[in-house]
Amino acid sequence: MRVVIFGCGRTGSSLGLMLAKNHQVTVIEQNPEALRRLGTRHQCKVVVGSGIDEEVLERAGIGEADVFFAVTRGDNSNIMAAQIARLKYKVPKICIKVADPHRADAYRKMGFECVVSSALIAGFMSDWMTEQPFRPIDEYNTLCEELKL
Amino acid sequence: MYMILVGGGNVGVNLAKRLIQRQHEVLLLEKDARQATRLSNMLGEEHVYVGDGCELSTQKAVGFGRADVVIAVTGEDEDNMVVCQMAKVVWSCDRVLARVNDPSHEEIFRQIGIDDTVSATGIIFNLLEQQIAKDELIPLGALAKGNIEIVETVLSSRSPVVGRRVRDLTLPPQTNIVWILRDGQGLVVEGDTELKVGDEVVALLPSDRAEELRMLFVPTKV
Repeated sequence: MRVVIFGCGRTGSSLGLMLAKNHQVTVIEQNPEALRRLGTRHQCKVVVGSGIDEEVLERAGIGEADVFFAVTRGDNSNIMAAQIARLKYKVPKICIKVADPHRADAYRKMGFECVVSSALIAGFMSDWMTEQPFRPIDEYNTLCEELKL
Repeated sequence: MYMILVGGGNVGVNLAKRLIQRQHEVLLLEKDARQATRLSNMLGEEHVYVGDGCELSTQKAVGFGRADVVIAVTGEDEDNMVVCQMAKVVWSCDRVLARVNDPSHEEIFRQIGIDDTVSATGIIFNLLEQQIAKDELIPLGALAKGNIEIVETVLSSRSPVVGRRVRDLTLPPQTNIVWILRDGQGLVVEGDTELKVGDEVVALLPSDRAEELRMLFVPTKV
């Protein structure tokens, strides 16, 4: 698949390196320093710039992408980039990293796949402690009632 | 009216000042505590709230649900987008207004249902374009497979034809001034019509004569 990843932090770089083995991956990152996380022998194409800038997205090949991941640490940048990818470039599969569980819930209701890493980790740890098998992502996302809208 | 403004920069403060003068119930949200203190001193503390307007807890605390209008004027388009979108979707506030810093984002704001946007960059750019376009020959359209052109120019005070009558102009062959727009009204052009500053002059001419017409109408650059 053709994959575009916005954000080369710990999540974005791990995802890029993991997927590049079997897929065509382009990583968008504003800070050239952060691209070091990919190491020197990676197979990803790299574009320096912001994922909410249409010119940058186009240079990354968003028009032909099968999947778009928005995984910077800025929730709002991720959300905006995802909406551009969906509405303007009609990318079929889009996944957003959102740190704020409420915001994630709001955009999940608008049909976006939103992953809240803190909720996932808390859920994994809790299940590990009680020796339960791990569950589908959506269950972890919505495990904590207090974090719903 | 209860108006919530998000973003306590220059735009937010000056807007808040004016709205308060108009006797509206105004609350300005600013996430930086030090900046918020400055704003409190300027506007009165009842008009300022420290918090992130993108967060549900803040939105609940300041009453997004009863706001008549939510206005997002931070310097970041992504923040303004999320504030307005959450106001609409989560709080059913149907009047939202967003400042858009990058004019190329206006389209995506509209697509997600934020119809009212203001882009200072866009406004200044359009004004500049109009200024630059003054005195230039603007092609409006072509006829006869492009052999005949319709062109327009707006006369500035520096144009050499200002103050002259149409009959006294030496127009290029087969060229006709067909219409003048003056003070928003169309004028039928006659030989006695005198050209004035601000006139929008529309002419019909063979395409290869455009350069001659430009020489006649457009002031030579200093």
